[in-house]
Amino acid sequence: MIAYILRRLLYAVPILIGVNLITFTLFFVVNSPDDMARMQLGEKRVSEEAVQFWKQEHGYDKPLLYNSAADGLGRVTDTIFFEKSARLFVFQFGSSDEGRDIGYDISQRMWPSLAIAVPVLLVGLAFNVSYALFIVFFRATYVDLASVVLLVAMLSISSLFYIIGGQFILGKLFHLVPISGYDTGPNAWKFLILAVIVGVVGGIGSGTRWYRTLFLEEVAKDYVRTARAKGLGERRVLFGHVLRNALIPILTGVVVVLPLLFMGSLISESFFGIPGLGSYTIDAISNQDFAIVRSMVFLGAVLYILGLILTDISYTLVDPRVRLQ
Amino acid sequence: MMPVLLWTDALVYLLLVVAILFGIHAARHEHLRTPWRRVIRSRIGVATLVVLAGYASVGLLDTVHFRLQVEHPGADSSYGPEVLSLLDLALSGLRERQEVTYSAPFATHLYVKEAIEQPDGGVVRAYPRLQHGGAHLADPEADRAGDILARALLGSIKGLLVWAGVSALALWLSGRRRGESRRETRRETWNRWRAPGLGIPWITGLSVLGGLLVVSFAAAELAAAYHILGTDKVGEDVFYQTLKSVRTGLLIGTLTTLVMLPAAILLGISAGYFRGWVDDLIQYLYTTLNSIPGVLLIAAAILMLQVYMSNHAESFSSLVERADLRLLFLCLILGVTSWTGLCRLLRGESLKLREADYVQAAQALGVGHFTLIVRHILPNLMHIVIITLVLDFSGLVLAEAVLSYVNIGVDPTMNSWGNMINGARLELARDPIVWWSLAAAFLFMFVLVLAANLFADVVRDAFDPRIRTGR
Amino acid sequence: MSRSFQTILLTIALFALSGCGDSPWNDPYPSSDAQSNTYYSSFAERPKHLDPVRSYSSDETAFLAQIYEPPLQYHFLLRPYRLIPLSAAEVPVPSYFDAEGNPLPQDAPVAEIARSDYLVRIKPGIRYQPHPAFARGPEGGYLYQDLTRDDLDGINRLADFRETGTRELTADDFLYQIKRLAAPWLHSPIAGLMGEYIRGFGALADELGAAEGQGALGRVETLRRARLSGVEVIDAHSLRISLEGKYPQFIYWLAMPFFSPMPWEVDRFYAQPGMSERNIQLDWYPVGTGPYMLSENNPNLRMVLERNPNFHGERYPSVGMPGDADTGILADAGKPIPFIDRAVYSLEKESIPRWNKFLQGYYDSSGISSDAFDQAVRVDAQGEPILTDQMRARGISLLTSVETSIYYMGFNMLDPVVGGDSERARLLRRAISIAVDFEEFISIFANGRALAAQGPLPPGIFGHREGEAGINPYVYRWGEGRPMRRGLDEAVRLMERAGYPAGVDPETGRALAINYEAVATGPDDRALMNWMRKQFAKLGIELVIRSTDYNRFREKMRNGTGQVYMWGWNADYPDPENFLFLFYGPNGKARSQGENTSNYANPEFDRLFDAMKYMDDGPERQALLDRMLEIVRADAPWVWGFFPKAFSLHHRWLMNAHPNQMANNTLKYRRLDPELRARMRHAWNAPVTWPLWLLAATVALLVLPAWWMVRRRERSTAL
Repeated sequence: MIAYILRRLLYAVPILIGVNLITFTLFFVVNSPDDMARMQLGEKRVSEEAVQFWKQEHGYDKPLLYNSAADGLGRVTDTIFFEKSARLFVFQFGSSDEGRDIGYDISQRMWPSLAIAVPVLLVGLAFNVSYALFIVFFRATYVDLASVVLLVAMLSISSLFYIIGGQFILGKLFHLVPISGYDTGPNAWKFLILAVIVGVVGGIGSGTRWYRTLFLEEVAKDYVRTARAKGLGERRVLFGHVLRNALIPILTGVVVVLPLLFMGSLISESFFGIPGLGSYTIDAISNQDFAIVRSMVFLGAVLYILGLILTDISYTLVDPRVRLQ
Repeated sequence: MMPVLLWTDALVYLLLVVAILFGIHAARHEHLRTPWRRVIRSRIGVATLVVLAGYASVGLLDTVHFRLQVEHPGADSSYGPEVLSLLDLALSGLRERQEVTYSAPFATHLYVKEAIEQPDGGVVRAYPRLQHGGAHLADPEADRAGDILARALLGSIKGLLVWAGVSALALWLSGRRRGESRRETRRETWNRWRAPGLGIPWITGLSVLGGLLVVSFAAAELAAAYHILGTDKVGEDVFYQTLKSVRTGLLIGTLTTLVMLPAAILLGISAGYFRGWVDDLIQYLYTTLNSIPGVLLIAAAILMLQVYMSNHAESFSSLVERADLRLLFLCLILGVTSWTGLCRLLRGESLKLREADYVQAAQALGVGHFTLIVRHILPNLMHIVIITLVLDFSGLVLAEAVLSYVNIGVDPTMNSWGNMINGARLELARDPIVWWSLAAAFLFMFVLVLAANLFADVVRDAFDPRIRTGR
Repeated sequence: MSRSFQTILLTIALFALSGCGDSPWNDPYPSSDAQSNTYYSSFAERPKHLDPVRSYSSDETAFLAQIYEPPLQYHFLLRPYRLIPLSAAEVPVPSYFDAEGNPLPQDAPVAEIARSDYLVRIKPGIRYQPHPAFARGPEGGYLYQDLTRDDLDGINRLADFRETGTRELTADDFLYQIKRLAAPWLHSPIAGLMGEYIRGFGALADELGAAEGQGALGRVETLRRARLSGVEVIDAHSLRISLEGKYPQFIYWLAMPFFSPMPWEVDRFYAQPGMSERNIQLDWYPVGTGPYMLSENNPNLRMVLERNPNFHGERYPSVGMPGDADTGILADAGKPIPFIDRAVYSLEKESIPRWNKFLQGYYDSSGISSDAFDQAVRVDAQGEPILTDQMRARGISLLTSVETSIYYMGFNMLDPVVGGDSERARLLRRAISIAVDFEEFISIFANGRALAAQGPLPPGIFGHREGEAGINPYVYRWGEGRPMRRGLDEAVRLMERAGYPAGVDPETGRALAINYEAVATGPDDRALMNWMRKQFAKLGIELVIRSTDYNRFREKMRNGTGQVYMWGWNADYPDPENFLFLFYGPNGKARSQGENTSNYANPEFDRLFDAMKYMDDGPERQALLDRMLEIVRADAPWVWGFFPKAFSLHHRWLMNAHPNQMANNTLKYRRLDPELRARMRHAWNAPVTWPLWLLAATVALLVLPAWWMVRRRERSTAL
């Protein structure tokens, strides 16, 4: 098992290099170092010399990927790509193009993201699974059809409108919670309520639909029929057999997203004014801060791979037949 | 008239040809025909198919593009700058009847006050009459309700007539087809249709069609005199925009899958079948791609396209061409981000299949890899492909709406539900609220997504051998 | 109802009570602050730079102007805008010298003036805000100027330094800041401009360029040692700045944050090793002498200004414009300022939540987004904006003023079709100028909150003329007491004369296609582009919209490859030079990366500009300006778009809000009535709890039948 995990971690290295290379290429095809310099230097009265100086100071005056002017190993290492990416592998994010320490920012901003994402995940999971079980209980009746129509309606609504609607109803009409904002410490909860409610409600459509499909597949299996043939009640069948066997896909589905919870949500964070990692990434993209974009993509990739490994491990825990080799 | 073939048009035609070929192929092979027969024998299946066909016909009408000939005084006759489609021609009234700014559905006056110059030189701020919407009414206050009712009734009657014609035709055709062996009267066919059983649920199909026809004829009748879904900020008819958006939504849903399909099938099967380093390489490829947030990939691709277009500005002389290329690119890049799921599924299945007895036997007989894949593996994976295809469709239609929020969706000048919804978020904050753009986009999108979702469920039930239960 | 359910409800109720205290449930601020003398506002973009050498954008100045005190400031009430002393003792008057160093009279011709000297005298007794950089130990040595990395353990914010200190402002601090403007590693946007005027500035910049390889501390030392020949410190409270030739606009720069004093201790403090890694930088923690200091800087959440305990004191102005006595704006005349103790700016990226929080009383003032406009403001029969009843019921007041900025649609004069000096292109431009109906634009996209421009000079800037004399005769005619846009038929005739009958290009036989360079950023752009297409279609022109990102747009502008585009300009200072230099040939964007975005070049205009630039306001200058305006109106390198009007709303507990487009340091004049605010917030935000009970009832009503159905179904399928 440990050997397996080690090997998976080793596999991660080429993947991360690949991710870095792709991010790097995409970013610089779109934004030249000149663009970045101008973005940082502002709107009015920017001279060509200032642009050159900025590039030099931030190490963007080197060739992108291959330095034909250098000798030996320097041809690869004395480039923007190497200089900027190599340190990521020891989790040294360095400082952003604006001069802020990225590691510190990430450590500060991941907590608000988690404070929303974890409750949304847990509450959402509980609600969606129960609702899906309810639908499956009434499968092939009008309850089922009506629920599917409701779910599709809910997932056809853009997530934006859950946010605007939530702010309008709970914040503006009923004065129950602050419309937006955030605070650290014990006062945080009153800002989180709305974000969590919106997150859960917005996730019902797709979540419940997915679990419904999952359970329906399970219900159709032979062992369920056997269980029913034995004369077990429908409730016992659902909870004792269907739910327990569907746990494997549910669990793996959850485990995969666990690490990514750190990344936060892009849209709702900026609407609720919550200083999480999602809005951090969006800001970085719009400000063309390559240092942050690169760090966030790298972090995302690491967490994704972590999620995959966790999934594999959780398989063995839930299902003793699976062995990792 | 000079036909214009846009990139996406070509792909739509290609898709049509592929679909027809597949249909012919499926009809000749019993194992392919059975699941489809199961689909059209389900009531939900038929009902959703009718709705989807309605959307598809709007989309197809909007796909035939051309430039119209215009006469210039003095100059030689030439082709107009605008690229139009058959749908535009059919709706030319809607397209040309523009107001100044917002007006509510069925309104006769603008939604915002403007300074109106009185004949005596004074200026009054009031709601001006619309130039087109309800312009035929002498006294809008009194006449509007009656006029709307009359037109709606007239349209419904027209719709009913057409529907009656279609139904009679279907009845006759069906009877004739059966009647090759035994002459069947119309009444007998009718009775057979009504009989509960495993046949095609004609009644359901025809009633949905009837509803569709009545609604669309009534809408057409009303749209000739009113803006039935209001107008937007610059006075364009929202009903027209919504109909134009149908094509965009359909294209994103279908072309994306079409584009990703070859790569997903090829790589997925090769990974599972050859294993070893091929498998490693392909797994590496999709894990790497999956690790990068999709939004970022899409944003970068769209920006790259913009760079390309601004460097080759001459090749994209008209707005439609630019928007079209961007749509195509969006489909491509959405394909890139979504092929990995299917690829992984196919890899898993092929891993199992290659251990199957008949594949082992074929290998022992010395059948080549290519033949083996095409003959034995691919056909056994088709159900997965079809299920994924149908399931993905509605997800992609919805994705378009979200992408527009981050400004990386379709071209902002293109009609799409995403653009309409994105614009609506500001309209919602207005007071009095402007709700019709959002409502129209939501309604049309909802019906499409609902139909596609229900259809997908039916297709999955029909194709997936594991779910085939007699419930 | 079961016991456990009651327990849960009770817990929730207690929890809610304990968290909310006596402030409304939806109060986004701690309840302890409800009665405090705190001003609440918001910001949408986090300020990028708070270092006064770099900061150049208005959202940064909103903070910096409260913290730093440059020598001069604009008078709060008087119009036209007038400079008054801030940290200086009086407004300096330049003295002129010829090439030999002989003094010249004030009215000497420009050609003779070789040097102008500004003697800046500083008020004595001004002290800096408390800051660890000034902290001294018992022996009198600096406490925090020789820190090692180890000393910084456990320190993450500036507030983590226990001791602070202060010292008096001296003339050296101004010199130090001017030297910082020249330092290439600080990237000051005005370094190039000042290099042209301040004597010895360019030489210093070159010299400092060589110091570039040093560490941060080394740079500070180099900067302290460096000499700037054009700035001379006479004594602790006066310095002399000498400029090359004559540059009357220099005085305006002295009112901008660029010329704020900067003590070397502070620069050195931040340069110590380990500071930068902890985000303790001058860009993040400004140090000034102004009425406020930045006590919390978390731009991901909020920025907090607090009263500077060392502030030297200032009094509310006692003179205003004639009408000001009636409006109550002078009620506080002569009282010591600032009034407000604390100002909290919260991050608010989206306009909808910001607007709603303003209505709930959680922001004291607000702008009006285009879509909330109808909710807030009606326009009466005379075209004057008045508040809606809903706003008036809440005691909200409205302030409007025309901004000193212009949004325009430019033609790239390097383009062979729309640009150039040919009569054909000029006629085409004029036809387009008539066809693009900016009055309609303003009404649709700005709710009428703008003034259609007749030329580049906005009202309030010298040279702007009101009435018939001020209209652009090529696009407007005077009628019914106001400018009327010329009819479309005239535009169509112009098109014919330009050789494009009905918009058809005779060379291709097709409609003339013009490219519009657009930057698509928001949901409104779709409507905007459609509107733009409609305008050009009136003339039969096909407008091809090339929408790209902002970078690409700027690149096109730099290369001069665009055709038609929209852009804006926000004035640095209230002088016509700051607008007309946008047409000065040598400032061409493609030619020298200047601000002349349309690359317009007209030798006659350039000659007049050179003369106008050095003149003092007066009839002579007005005559030159009139001629220059006539030239650009005839050539029409821009479609003169519009001057936006700033609308802002204020709650009635906020006093002394007054629109001033040039002064940014207006927080110190404002006054609050926190008790009234607390009362109104309570009245407006009473929580509505019946939906909660309704929800609970609905859930109960849904769950019970569902349970019953489950039981029934189970019994029926059990067999």
